Amino acid sequence: MKPARFEYFAPTTLDAAVQALAAANGEGKLLAGGQSLLPLLNFRMARPAVLVDLNGIRELSFIELRGDSVLIGALTRHREIEHSPLIAARLPVMSAAMRHVAHLAIRNRGTIGGSLSHADPAAELPMLAMFYGASLMVQGPAGRRAIAAKEFFVDALTNCLGPDDIVVEIEFPILQHDGWAFEEVARRFGDFALASIAISIRRGLSGIEDARVAVMGVADTPLRLEAVEKQICEGKVDGRTPERFSEWVTSSVTPNSDLHASAEYRKHLLGQLAKRAMGTALALKG
Amino acid sequence: MTMNVSVTVNETRHDVSGVEPRLLLSDFLRDTLGLTGTHVGCEHGVCGACTVLMDGHSVRACLTLAVQANGSEITTVEGLGTPETLNVLQTQFREHHGLQCGFCTPGMLMTGMDLLRKYPLATDEEIREGLSGNLCRCTGYQNIVAAIRSAAAISREHA
Repeated sequence: MKPARFEYFAPTTLDAAVQALAAANGEGKLLAGGQSLLPLLNFRMARPAVLVDLNGIRELSFIELRGDSVLIGALTRHREIEHSPLIAARLPVMSAAMRHVAHLAIRNRGTIGGSLSHADPAAELPMLAMFYGASLMVQGPAGRRAIAAKEFFVDALTNCLGPDDIVVEIEFPILQHDGWAFEEVARRFGDFALASIAISIRRGLSGIEDARVAVMGVADTPLRLEAVEKQICEGKVDGRTPERFSEWVTSSVTPNSDLHASAEYRKHLLGQLAKRAMGTALALKG
Repeated sequence: MTMNVSVTVNETRHDVSGVEPRLLLSDFLRDTLGLTGTHVGCEHGVCGACTVLMDGHSVRACLTLAVQANGSEITTVEGLGTPETLNVLQTQFREHHGLQCGFCTPGMLMTGMDLLRKYPLATDEEIREGLSGNLCRCTGYQNIVAAIRSAAAISREHA
């Protein structure tokens, strides 16, 4: 058999899952969609003594509107987010990004809580959490607490969770904007991004009133570019806006070279995607 | 630690006891149930050869534990059609020469079934995006895309 031996629990309530994980004394792992964990188990790179399978916990699977936010349960599958009319209407950048999340069979199984916890620096959902300024509700033996996305992602494949913590739901504040775009390039469609950018803007009478920008594939975590957001709102809007935006974006990142692409190429790619994304976002508002 | 797994595979119910939780669904289908149509390639979710339908949705059988399939309905390539009566997608794979060695074919077919159900597949770009999680080392994909394009057109005519 591929994975090493483990004890398996499949609780049907969140409380039972919290107890089972705590009882594992730091030797436990949570199994959500399994699309990142199962490869690690198959290679025996991860050998947890206890596996707590969350898939039977119905209360963790939902998408709902609450006030000015959309709340998504941690066990909600990528497929459900991709095809949700509520997400399409309220979080259009997320909706557009979802078809880039891995491949069909992975989207059918993978979950938002799992993807965020895995914290891959070139995965769409961590980037979207940064982009929207999401808040992750986490439950441990001591109770619940909210963690801001920018605190949550510590490093590549590293989050700030304790060994007994479970992500239960994620709150995405809705942006009251009127132009947006999501751009990504990967070696093969559905693979992890070489570079990607998300942008959303609100046009006013004299220019852009509010802007949101996040990028990935160019650092150890996804990045929100708040300084660039300010620059967008301070400048005028004309035919050269996409080009200026592209320069601001590329001058604020310092990507690394790796097997898949050189630092220069990633930077160039991000600049081109930024220009295209700003053009699209501006065009959406007539 | 072993568990019982009750699963319906291709409309036949199987109640299996003594299943280790670490047994993968792909190995359960092949070794325990003897359904060797589901092929095992990379065993870490990259090649797509082991794709099956679980409650109607395509999943990697190598990234699913057999115990997680408890209570579900699985469809493998053996459940699509028979050699005498191939289903629409299988027929188009034959018509368009969408296979050579046949190793990736079960995964291609199961992915294709899910794609046909979920997406309009109006353009080749959409078909290629949909197939991006399945590797074929023989065909160069051209004929697989052609087979799915044709199956999508037939589905539209009959819709």
